Amino acid sequence: MGKVIVVTSGKGGVGKTTSSAALGAALAQNGEKVVVVDFDVGLRNLDLVMGAERRVVYDLVNVIQGEAKLAQALIRDKRVETLYLLAASQTRDKDNLTQEGVEKVIAALKSAFDWVICDSPAGIERGATLAMRHADVAIVVTNPEVSSVRDSDRIIGLLDSKTLKAENGERMEKHLLLTRYDPVRAERGDMLKVDDVLEILSIPLLGIIPESMDVLRASNVGSPVTLADNRSAPAIAYFEAARRLKGEALPVAVPGEKRSFFGKIFGRKAA
Amino acid sequence: MNFRRLFSRSQSAPAARDRLQVLLAHERATVGGSDLVTKLREEILRVIAKHVQIDDEKVTVKMERGAKVSTLAVDIEIPFDAGKKAA
Repeated sequence: MGKVIVVTSGKGGVGKTTSSAALGAALAQNGEKVVVVDFDVGLRNLDLVMGAERRVVYDLVNVIQGEAKLAQALIRDKRVETLYLLAASQTRDKDNLTQEGVEKVIAALKSAFDWVICDSPAGIERGATLAMRHADVAIVVTNPEVSSVRDSDRIIGLLDSKTLKAENGERMEKHLLLTRYDPVRAERGDMLKVDDVLEILSIPLLGIIPESMDVLRASNVGSPVTLADNRSAPAIAYFEAARRLKGEALPVAVPGEKRSFFGKIFGRKAA
Repeated sequence: MNFRRLFSRSQSAPAARDRLQVLLAHERATVGGSDLVTKLREEILRVIAKHVQIDDEKVTVKMERGAKVSTLAVDIEIPFDAGKKAA
């Protein structure tokens, strides 16, 4: 039985889709079978970020409505053979995403894959609650910025009340993925520090993804950042986050804190 | 002078942290666990009202989430002559 992970945040634009694709590709490169499912019905983008936008024939809603078999809708990645994508539909009414339908699809995926990564839409509406409903583990993607932290706090509340796990009285495992972290600004005191966000949200840290051009560059060419340039700083951070997700006790290095005395001086000047 | 401005400008991150802490303590009590807090409030009120007369408006029930434990704070104002009225 595979593990179901929801990548969620409340706020839009913080990096849910980027992180879903990057973590999915990182896990799949170790030979594990991974499917990344786009729950953003109406505004799908995971296909574009993963470079499969021209290969989408059937989507999640087609499968739920019985118009296509699950195997027909799964798109296999051309670079990593154990990585699959299930796209969201683009034009349909999002009411087509039913609770029973989602439950069936997730159950089927769980039995066929090691990891089922659900890329949640922004907001706290139906799509977001359905994406988190069947999760075993939640990754809360947060930017070190007030509105993102506030929305993450709301999402944590929902994870603890509106999921199957919560309703069964179990504890939902939650991890914080801090994205777009800028060590220079944090050090200058103009960006919330890692410890500030951790103290406020009080969930364990899965990783810190530094703000980087490499993320944009990877999405431009339709490749998860862990495939596009696996030696770049964000890719390394995602690879490490993926290892922690598998249970490895790997300490999280805060970007910028290991810089030398001279590095700090020149880093500040450059900013 | 740009140089002086750079040094005199105060950091903004501490303000962000403080504002969030105050806001979220409030929101967690009102929005987050609203169902539970509302239920608790009603039941606590019912029990207290059996013995003393209390004003609905003068009761606050707050739930705060922490890393390991959550705390429930109940604050009820009981008027001086409440016991007599209820009896």
